[in-house]
Amino acid sequence: MTSATQHAELALYDYNPYEHRPKIEWPNGARLAFWLAPNIEFYELNPPVNPYRKPWPQPYPAIPGYSIRDYGNRVGHQRQMAVLDKYGVRGSISLSAALCEHHPEIIALCAERDWEFFSHGIYNTRYTYGLTEQQEREMIEDAMATIERAVGLRPAGYLAPALSHSNHTIDLFAEAGGLYTCDLFHDDQPTWVKTRSGKPFVSIPYSLELNDTIAYVVQKMEPRRYGEIIRRAFDQLYAEGAESGTVMCIPTHNYQVSCPHRLRAFEEALEYITGHSDVWVTTGREIAEYTLTYLEDQVGADGAVAG
Amino acid sequence: MSDELLSYSHRHYGMDHERYEWSMLQDRAPVAWPEDKPLALWINIAVQHFPLSGEKPEVAPPGALTMPYPDLRHYTLRDYGNRVGIYRLLKVMAECEAQPSLAISGALAQRYPKLLERLARTPYEWLGHGWNMLAMHAGKVDLEVESNWISQTRAALEGFTDQTLAGWLSPGRIQTENTPELLVSNGFTYQSDWVNDELPYAFKTRAGNMTCLPSCLELDDVFVLTQNLHSEDSFVQQVVDAADFLIKEGGEHGGRLLSLNFHPWLVGQPHRIRTVREILDALLVERAGAIWHAPPSHIIAAAAVQ
Repeated sequence: MTSATQHAELALYDYNPYEHRPKIEWPNGARLAFWLAPNIEFYELNPPVNPYRKPWPQPYPAIPGYSIRDYGNRVGHQRQMAVLDKYGVRGSISLSAALCEHHPEIIALCAERDWEFFSHGIYNTRYTYGLTEQQEREMIEDAMATIERAVGLRPAGYLAPALSHSNHTIDLFAEAGGLYTCDLFHDDQPTWVKTRSGKPFVSIPYSLELNDTIAYVVQKMEPRRYGEIIRRAFDQLYAEGAESGTVMCIPTHNYQVSCPHRLRAFEEALEYITGHSDVWVTTGREIAEYTLTYLEDQVGADGAVAG
Repeated sequence: MSDELLSYSHRHYGMDHERYEWSMLQDRAPVAWPEDKPLALWINIAVQHFPLSGEKPEVAPPGALTMPYPDLRHYTLRDYGNRVGIYRLLKVMAECEAQPSLAISGALAQRYPKLLERLARTPYEWLGHGWNMLAMHAGKVDLEVESNWISQTRAALEGFTDQTLAGWLSPGRIQTENTPELLVSNGFTYQSDWVNDELPYAFKTRAGNMTCLPSCLELDDVFVLTQNLHSEDSFVQQVVDAADFLIKEGGEHGGRLLSLNFHPWLVGQPHRIRTVREILDALLVERAGAIWHAPPSHIIAAAAVQ
């Protein structure tokens, strides 16, 4: 990694102001495409040390952080799944690929429900930082192949593990056959992303602001307030969606939103959203495929290769 | 960058360590609590000693002193818990007919024998809670030093109670890689540091098995009020929302467990003690028909029978 690449501005997308855009129309006249992205992650108790980022704030064994994340898989997962079942929402899973090997029972439960599996790296304790381009390519392919072996379908989306990136991350994922990224937070509508291969590739709005971990751990929100900000975000995007279709995503974690004292607020928010007409309750892959098939002009495709 | 970053020695079925088996709560045989109540309630009071010291441990527990020596403000605020706050809590617990357990710093036996004598006159179960809040079971602690912290804590507390201590809660809910073995070899049969479950489960050590009775960090008063900075009213609401959720799930899928942890130096303050009473009323009075409130060792025994 040279200092030049560490300072380069990325040219992933063109500037495209939110006003006066061509209209996006979702299937069946929906105003808003709503998707929900449970992060189903495996954090290692004792991963190799990456010089760029420590996995845990405490020395080994870092029981506080490790054990609450394990709680998410042992206790929280089926709770969140029951709420999603109740409101007819299929999860789009941001998946630590190694979880296919550690906890195949969880994968089976999600596959039965026709949930989407997209790649979130191998483990959330293995970062992109410091990998050579070839190592990152191998890591991305390993995660894709592991998920494909487990569920029979190659992932279409990528959220880099622990949101750790290199300048090559999005290019490499597009070259591995990916269709969309969740790593960019610049917009409330899909955006055409320029990659060096020129393959059709889009950014689908994920959200850090509505991400339960950001809300609960960084912003330290009270549970009912988290439910309130979800409803406020929905009201605004739903109103704007009458002009041109918008996307709303709630990213969740089973060790946050699925705690017993937080589920009620989350459920009320989901009840509110799914109680509206003209909401396309869908998955990340379906939004990406629809965008790539029907909306190239609306989302800024100009055929340009990143340069 | 070295290939180690892409090598995965524990990438296989189950956990990436040997402490316990992988299992999802909802897939286990249902637990039935006494009287077929859907929810068991464990309340713990953490009776802690924070020494006045300039020492800054590598891992600081919640509530640790932060200022240069002598940090009189935090030292005395924590000491408030042992002089005033604990007596308010004991009064509320008695008035609400609660049965909290008491996790106690061993050093208090030497420091405040009157407090320990008072605690010994309650019918409450005692747990070891470390020697003091600087004796952190974290990182590379010398094995003998750590073993002494545990054995001294048992000996000091058992000098005041007829109970044989069975349970342990480490300061800050953290352990070294040796803590579970040292607990078993010092006669402890359960620990509550791992927050990864909502029912007791078998925990393996090289010295023999013990039980983990998970305590809930997310509803710990210090976590909610001083780390998340939530209001007292929100704290009550969160506990009530949790209880209602677990009562419903417990009725459908088998017994569930709610655990609460109170700190006398925090909720023993005059503006917060009412919060404890509101929580106890909501659980022990308003939801009395659905909640089995019991000492931790009774909860473990009831779960183990099945």
